[in-house]
Amino acid sequence: MKDDFPTPPVRDELKKRVVETPDGQTIEIDPLRDYYCQSAPTVMPAAYSKIVEGLFNWARAESLWILGFGTGCGAIEMRPLMTPRFDAYRYGIQWRPTPRQSNLFVISGYLSVKTLKRVIRSYEQMPNPKYVVGLGSCTINGGMYFDSYNTITRLDQYLPVDVYIAGCMPRPEALLAGFEELKRIIRAGKAEGANQYAEQFDWYKANQKRVIHDWDMPDYNW
Amino acid sequence: MRDLYDRLKTAFPLGELTEQRPDLAFVTVAKEQLRSLLLHLRDQEGFTHLVLLTAVDWLEEGNFQLTYLMNNRLACRDLGVRVMLPRDPASMDSIHDLWPTAATYQRELREMFGIDFPGSPRVDEDFILEGWIRTPPYRRDFDTLKFSDEVFAPRPGRASSDPTEFMKQQLYPDKT
Amino acid sequence: MSFEWIKIPYALLTLFIVANYGFLLTAVMAKIAARVGRRHGIPVWQNYVDLIKNYGLRSSITHGVMFYLGPVFRLTGGVGLLMFVPTIYGTEMFSNMSFAGDLILALYFVFFGSLGMALGAGESGHPHSAIGVTRGLSQVTAAELPFALAVYAVAVQYQTLSVTEIVAAQQGGILHWTLFSNPLAVAAAMLSFLGTMMRPPFDVVLAPQEIPIGPPTEYHSSYLALMQTNRAIFPIAKIVIYMNLFFGGAASWPVFFLKVFLIYLVSVIVGVVFPRFRVEQSIRWFLIWAVPLGIAAILMV
Repeated sequence: MKDDFPTPPVRDELKKRVVETPDGQTIEIDPLRDYYCQSAPTVMPAAYSKIVEGLFNWARAESLWILGFGTGCGAIEMRPLMTPRFDAYRYGIQWRPTPRQSNLFVISGYLSVKTLKRVIRSYEQMPNPKYVVGLGSCTINGGMYFDSYNTITRLDQYLPVDVYIAGCMPRPEALLAGFEELKRIIRAGKAEGANQYAEQFDWYKANQKRVIHDWDMPDYNW
Repeated sequence: MRDLYDRLKTAFPLGELTEQRPDLAFVTVAKEQLRSLLLHLRDQEGFTHLVLLTAVDWLEEGNFQLTYLMNNRLACRDLGVRVMLPRDPASMDSIHDLWPTAATYQRELREMFGIDFPGSPRVDEDFILEGWIRTPPYRRDFDTLKFSDEVFAPRPGRASSDPTEFMKQQLYPDKT
Repeated sequence: MSFEWIKIPYALLTLFIVANYGFLLTAVMAKIAARVGRRHGIPVWQNYVDLIKNYGLRSSITHGVMFYLGPVFRLTGGVGLLMFVPTIYGTEMFSNMSFAGDLILALYFVFFGSLGMALGAGESGHPHSAIGVTRGLSQVTAAELPFALAVYAVAVQYQTLSVTEIVAAQQGGILHWTLFSNPLAVAAAMLSFLGTMMRPPFDVVLAPQEIPIGPPTEYHSSYLALMQTNRAIFPIAKIVIYMNLFFGGAASWPVFFLKVFLIYLVSVIVGVVFPRFRVEQSIRWFLIWAVPLGIAAILMV
């Protein structure tokens, strides 16, 4: 078998099609154009007043809502945080089931190319001041999967990362320390990952498309 | 196992019997006889359960080895049936009509090794890799490290060391 | 009957007090539930922080007009309920806009929020929202049935539809409360109370721990903040009704705080002891245990 690179076929539900509506009209639907918002992200300015922004940053730091999406084996280290022994709720940390309500994405451990696709979609759906924590060595330099054919080796090529927590796996204590570090960064107003993503959008998108070959979603999905 | 082997030997041209454990053995069979052997094992000898179907890449000999591992629940015995295939082009008869589960294994083998099973349901769809466009990754001529270095932009500065040597250095630095 | 404009600032003052009390009380209740699990739980000011953060989010996405109106309707349900029910009995200041037939209006407002939510969540187009709305509406409907029956029992018992008059009839000692004069109705209403407080065992509809969070799946930033505000106000407003109808009302703010706390605690205690019901289980539970009690209450009167 040779290394020829054909483009993978488009999935059926994403093809253009002609649909008859309930009231008898015939319309043409192009799912990628009609079902998603295609506008690229924009840089969102901070609040006009420094005091207000400071207050907001303090609130953002004290109320970290984690997206409940365990992307790899490291997700197992997040469960103990909810239990009486570690009790992350003390620090204003909660888990939310939907990206719309969360502002912190914990990439837990190795990230396969297939999961990366879902991660990008979820990340882009989170509202603007959003933070990414890379958990475990795998997100830093690939860890023990450095030579794998389907796990990425550097998370910051694809998403703007605020804090890395090293270890394989890091203990829940290390996670709590990492969250405290993230809080310091947010309070200092330096956690502008979402704006960085918007500024260097083309670079991130090119990197993402280099590893995801069957890109069957719009470039930016709200 | 030996008695089973002798019984089978009368009907099928089999290779040598490899006895791994008292309850686990392997035989080799030609590609053409596989289907009738599996049917015989399933219907006459009580090997009703297909445990797994997997492949080994013998790159140097230019062969793929398929292993159909069968289990006899009542006798608590496993028998592995091995088939050697030419490596290029690799193609094999589908057995999804004997065990429906085989279709899933065949999809996996198609994706990971590039072994074709004509007629198996959904065999050409993506199984776990999405949009894989290179050499199937489990083939041994696919260099994963080179691929990873090319595609995933590794972070510079990574060093690896032999654990034995490293621990020796850590624990007994004065002894070389 | 002339309308006195001074009622409006008074009502707003009530709203302010109740909202803040609601925020603190929900946090305290979360802490109590956490202590049962031997955790420390959230800080008491956590609700305020979450609120500020949600208002401080920079991007917000809309799905249409009804998506805007959903949280507004929901908040209207909570605020409206509070506005038309006398909060503190016997004071001109905190009687709000209560009038002769306010009991019926209150019953309507209890349901109003859920309906608005259904419209808004439907517009968001997320399948989890649709599922959540369906399950939520069916559960709330089943839970409201015994409450409605109990309210009619009480209305027949006191021969009035005015909350103020019902409270007035219960004054003069603990034995005059509906709790003792019509225990069946109170029992039915309290069972329904468990169901509509959105705490375990009846919170499968929008528990944040469930994978489909339900109606608010698509809601975020300011929309979510509005809904959080409602989550603070609505339970208190609801408890005010219960307090007025069944537990003799409150004649001053300390009594009000104490009674609301105790009534809220009932649902929390039940919640930490029992695991979650599925929706069809809870509907069956309401129809088997609570509705017959309500019918019996009407028959007794």
